[in-house]
Amino acid sequence: MSTQDNRDKNQVETTGHVWDGDLQEYNNPLPRWWLWGFYATVVFALVYWLIYPAWPIGDSFTKGFATITYEVNGEERTTHWNTRALLARDMQTGEYAVRQREMLEQVASQDYETILADADSMSFVNAYAQGSFGTWCAACHQVGGAGVIGQYPNLRNDHWKWGGTVEQIEHTIREGRLGYMPGYRDTLTRDQMNEVAAYVLSLNDYDVDSDMSDAGERIFAGMEGGCFQCHGEDGQGLASQGAPNLTNNIWGLIDVQGAESDSERLRLVANFVRDGIQREMPGFADRLSDDEIKMLTAYVHSLGGGQ
Amino acid sequence: MAQGQPIYEARIPIHPRSVKGRFRNLKTGILLLAYGVFFGLPWLRWDREYGPSQAVLFDIPNRQFFLFDLVVYAQDIFWLAGFLVVAALLLFFVTGVLGRVFCGYFCFQTLWTDVFMYLERKIQGERPARLRLSKQPWNVEKLWKLGATHLSWLLVAFATGLGFVLYWADAPTLARDFFSGDARFAAYVTAGLLTATTYTFAGLAREQVCTFICPYARFQSVMFDRDTLIVSYDQNRGEGSAGRAKVKAGLKTREGRQAAGVGDCIDCGYCVQVCPTGIDIRDGLQVSCIHCALCIDACDTIMDKQGWPRGLIGYSSERELEGGKTRWLKGKTLGYGAAVLVVVGALVFSILERPPVDVNVNQVRQPLFVQMSDGRVQNSYELRLNNVSDQKLDFTLDIDGLEGATLDLGQVEQIRLEPGQRLTVLARIRHDVEAGADSPLRFYFVIRDREGRIDPVEADARFSHR
Ligand code: SF4
Ligand code: SF4
Repeated sequence: MSTQDNRDKNQVETTGHVWDGDLQEYNNPLPRWWLWGFYATVVFALVYWLIYPAWPIGDSFTKGFATITYEVNGEERTTHWNTRALLARDMQTGEYAVRQREMLEQVASQDYETILADADSMSFVNAYAQGSFGTWCAACHQVGGAGVIGQYPNLRNDHWKWGGTVEQIEHTIREGRLGYMPGYRDTLTRDQMNEVAAYVLSLNDYDVDSDMSDAGERIFAGMEGGCFQCHGEDGQGLASQGAPNLTNNIWGLIDVQGAESDSERLRLVANFVRDGIQREMPGFADRLSDDEIKMLTAYVHSLGGGQ
Repeated sequence: MAQGQPIYEARIPIHPRSVKGRFRNLKTGILLLAYGVFFGLPWLRWDREYGPSQAVLFDIPNRQFFLFDLVVYAQDIFWLAGFLVVAALLLFFVTGVLGRVFCGYFCFQTLWTDVFMYLERKIQGERPARLRLSKQPWNVEKLWKLGATHLSWLLVAFATGLGFVLYWADAPTLARDFFSGDARFAAYVTAGLLTATTYTFAGLAREQVCTFICPYARFQSVMFDRDTLIVSYDQNRGEGSAGRAKVKAGLKTREGRQAAGVGDCIDCGYCVQVCPTGIDIRDGLQVSCIHCALCIDACDTIMDKQGWPRGLIGYSSERELEGGKTRWLKGKTLGYGAAVLVVVGALVFSILERPPVDVNVNQVRQPLFVQMSDGRVQNSYELRLNNVSDQKLDFTLDIDGLEGATLDLGQVEQIRLEPGQRLTVLARIRHDVEAGADSPLRFYFVIRDREGRIDPVEADARFSHR
């Protein structure tokens, strides 16, 4: 403390400015360490500006002396220091990047049986594939795989148009799928469409006129409608055709459960019979590596309905 | 700015004299203990079933702290909050009763400054010699002595930096790597930074840290009351009615002095010379006084020499100084004391009761639920398991409280976790919900060890179906 000063303790220096006879301006200088601290920050800033990108100049900026080296497709590349390059390098050589690569190799070398049964591998698959899923699949199937009714299938239930084994799922991801049901506007009358609709609803225990549904069953199972050719005689569907099971009360393309009345439900299904539908999922074999497809397959399988 | 005044105020160096006495001994004892702990702890080995064999190790990359038999994981960070609350309350409590004992005896700044001053004295000599040295022009002697002082400071500062770094990795390995240049960059930066700050704060800035930088110095006085113990000069006894006076003819005996109205203070200045913050305690309680009590030792020495009773400078309270009696039990003290006990109790309970596995249930919310083809509703969960015990555990998962529901872990059969290992397990629950049932339904995941080595751990969860 500066109180061992020879100055009179109670006398603070003044700047010499006096107003109104006795109003003085005191001068309490900064402590020296404080001042030096300030100079140090100035020096720090100067050094920093020299080393790192700092100042915008026109549409460019000062690049700084520091460089960073990382790999792009196996080639070394050196640029001025920047956080993107730092991230790129971290993704290649960082501790967690290395660990991730090891896990990736481990999972890639396992078959589906092993992966699905191994808690460690599944934990990794879940974390890893969530990222790929978000990039490639979520645009249609939504982040969590819930899909959109009438547009994209829900991947969380056990309703699989194209089959829910790992082989079938992998095939779907690799090659994509083209689903098609013809519209019956030229083949069936409006009444017949209603009858088919009544039958399909009866398969799911909805209340419908039994005469209507009986008539519908005849159309469904006969050559007139020919529905059984894809959906099977008992409406259980056919995975090789991508024809859905019609008996499990899961409706991916029509919001039957959301309908407000019996007649509304009937109308929705009948309209669907009239219009038919075509849906395409693109294949990802060209865009994703085998490992990525493997992860995604295991991930989708684990979402809840894998068979 | 007028008359070319300097724009800064230079520090006026303080050259405290050394002193012997009980408080000095106490301070030295605490200092040795603190240094012993600080420098020795990283070298203490500790046998563990799992983990490093170092008693205290802060393993940042793996996010676990080893404190003897306790392993603290990142998710236990609230213990740190609890610890800090305890520390704060303890400071309030102790300060309310004993004044700034923390500053005087336990503060790093005070302890390290004390060591630096010791080195300074060993090299440059006692206060008069140092004063002389600082005034004398530069010559070989001054160069040598100051150089040696700063070198010794730097060595201690470096030891401090290195000592600190050793807590964050295996100490023997790191110490070797450090000098062979193989240690992590962060180790060098940290050691360098601590060397620099220690040198600056304990060597150069010293009491300025206490008076200008330290926030405690400012707010500790807020915790004072009239019964708080403070280092104080007994004005009445020291000054008498005619003030203090040196020992001279006619004023040699206490009786003589009292007859002349002169107090017991012989104005020898010893108390001022020993003060590490350079203040005069006889001016009364000051914010710069760190309550190190060295001035008490100084004055006691003088009083002993005079053959007069000790305590001209001593620990007393404001109330005592005014002739009252210090009250120890007061609402504030009891309140703080109780608060300390409660928080310590809660912290200890939390540490002792920590389940051997840390479970975090995360319900998948996109979608919240789906309907399965058999009509049941399915919810999905991510269970994050972290084995915080020191043995390998083989978990089983069950659910409780959701009558008739089934738990599906896919094809995963074995959930085996090494100590410290983390794992995410995907679980699905299918449930045939009664019409009209509330949503969400409450239930528990029950986590057991297959071999029954741990008590079952229950984790709260919700099942949604609407
Ligand atoms: S006045 Fe006394 S107690 Fe306070 S700092 Fe100085 S020597 Fe220590
Ligand atoms: S040491 Fe005691 S006697 Fe000497 S000046 Fe200080 S208070 Fe007075």
